[in-house]
Amino acid sequence: MLDRATETSANETTRRVRFRGAGFVPASSRFGGWIALALVIAIWQAAGSARLVNPLFLPAPLAIVRAIYELAMSGALWQHLSASLLRIGVGWLLGTAAGIVVGFAIGLSRLARSVGITFISALFPIPKIALLPLLILWLGIGEEPKIATIALGVFFSTAISVYSGVDAVPRNLIRMAQSFNVPFATIVRKVVWPGALPAILAGFRITASVALLLVVSAEMIGAQYGIGAFVLQAGNLMQTDQLLAGVVILSVFGLVVGKVIGWLEIKLLHWR
Amino acid sequence: MDLIANHISHHFGDLAVLDDVSFTVSSGEVVAIVGPSGCGKSTLLSILGGLLQPSSGAPELRGAPPADSLNPLTFVFQDFALLPWANVEENVEFPLLHTRLSAAQRRALVEDALRRTGLTDFRKTYPKQLSGGMRQRVGISRALAVKPAILLMDEPLSALDSQTRELLMEDFVRLLADGGMGAVYVTHNLEEAARLADRIVVLSRRPGRIREVVAVPMTRAKRGEIAAREQLLALQNQIWSLIRNEAIDAEREVQHA
Repeated sequence: MLDRATETSANETTRRVRFRGAGFVPASSRFGGWIALALVIAIWQAAGSARLVNPLFLPAPLAIVRAIYELAMSGALWQHLSASLLRIGVGWLLGTAAGIVVGFAIGLSRLARSVGITFISALFPIPKIALLPLLILWLGIGEEPKIATIALGVFFSTAISVYSGVDAVPRNLIRMAQSFNVPFATIVRKVVWPGALPAILAGFRITASVALLLVVSAEMIGAQYGIGAFVLQAGNLMQTDQLLAGVVILSVFGLVVGKVIGWLEIKLLHWR
Repeated sequence: MDLIANHISHHFGDLAVLDDVSFTVSSGEVVAIVGPSGCGKSTLLSILGGLLQPSSGAPELRGAPPADSLNPLTFVFQDFALLPWANVEENVEFPLLHTRLSAAQRRALVEDALRRTGLTDFRKTYPKQLSGGMRQRVGISRALAVKPAILLMDEPLSALDSQTRELLMEDFVRLLADGGMGAVYVTHNLEEAARLADRIVVLSRRPGRIREVVAVPMTRAKRGEIAAREQLLALQNQIWSLIRNEAIDAEREVQHA
C-alpha cells in the first residue's frame, strides 16, 4: 500500500531536500599526506637541479641524502646519533619516572597537591636550557648536566600530564571500587592507572619533543658529539647539506618516536 | 541482616539535603525511595552504602550478613560504572580480585553471575561494544558476584530505553524472587517502585524528609499479572498525588538554579 504522503498530483512538482550535513568531520585520506610530502620534495629537487635555488642556501634533497650516506659510511653519523640517543634515553627515562611518581602523588594526595602544584607552577615556565650553566657548575662538564637538563624538561611536562590524567579518571569508577571495599593500592593499580593512561601517553608525545629540543640545545651549547653539536659545526662551516642532514635525522627520530607512541596507544588503549 | 537509616540528616555547605530520615530495610525486603527531583534520594543511598558521611545520624546494620557474602551492601549504579578497559568477565571479577578467594573460586563466582544475567556469551566483550541494557546487566552481574545481602540501586534503569527497562525489571523480579537478597531501590519512576518494592518510602522536597511509607499489598510475582495492573496503577496515583505539587516546585527550582 502506498503511503498517502508520497502521492502527488500530476501538476505538483517536487524538489529534493538539500543535503546540508557535509564537512566538519575529522577525517583524512590515507595517503594524502605522503603524496603531498613527495610532491614538495620533487618540486624542491627539480628547483635544485635546475639551479633555481643556490645550493649553499638550500641544498637539494638528493644532496642531503648523499650527505647522510657519507656520514653513515664514515661512522660519524653513529657517533653523533648514539651520543644524542644516550642523552635523550637516559634523560627521558629519569624525567618520566620522576614525573610519574610526582604526578601520581599530586593526583592522589591533598598534601602533595598543595605543595607540588605550587612548585610546578613556579618552575615549569622556566626554559630548562637556561639552567644548563648552573647544572654544569653543579654536575661538571660531562654528560650529567645535559642529561639533567633533558630530565628536568621531561619531568615537569610528565608530572602535569600525569596529575591531569589522574584528575580526569571518572569519579564514578573510583566510587564503584570503594563500594566493593577495594584497597587503595588496587584502586590505583586497576582504576586510576589505566584511567590516566591516555593522558600519560599523550604526555609522552609532548615529552619526546621536549627531550629532542633540549638535547639539541644542550649539545649546541656544550658538546663535542651529538646531533646538535654536529648541526652547529656544519652551520659554522657553511656545510648546509650536512646541516640539513642533521635536521632530517632529527625529523626521522621524531617520526619514529611518534610511531612507537602510536603503537603503544594501540596496544594499551585498545578499549577506547 | 537489616539496614537501618538512623535519623540521617545531611547538608552540602548551607544546603540542607536530608532531614532526620529513619527507616529500616529488613532482611530480604525491597524498599523503594521516591520523591521529587533533588530531594536527596541518591545522597541517602550513598550514605546508606557508606560512600558519604552524613552530617548527623548514621546508617547501621543489625544482624550478621550471610556467611558467603563478600560485600553485604553492594551498589548498582545508574551510569553502570564499568571499567572501559576491562571486558565483561574482568569487570565482573574486579570486586573479587582483592578477596582471599582462589582463582578457581573467583572463576566459579563469575561464571554463576554471568549465567544468572545471561552474559555468558559476552564474557570477552568490552563495555563500549554493549548496549545500555547489556552494560547494566554487567553492573548487576558484578553486584551478584559478591553475593550481597542488600543491593543499593541508584536509578539503575533511568539511563535505558523503555523496552530495555521492561526487560531488566523482569530480571530484577526474578533475581529478588527467592527473598534471599534485599534491596534499596532509588527511583523517580513510580511504576518501577510499585513493581519491585515491598514498601515505598516517599520523601518530601529538599530537605528530604519521610512523608509517607506505603506498603505494596501483593507479592512481586502477582504484580506482573493483568489483574494486578489496576491496583498498582491506583497505588502509583496515590504516591503521585503525594509528590506532584512538590515535583512541580522542584522542577521550577531547578530551572531557576
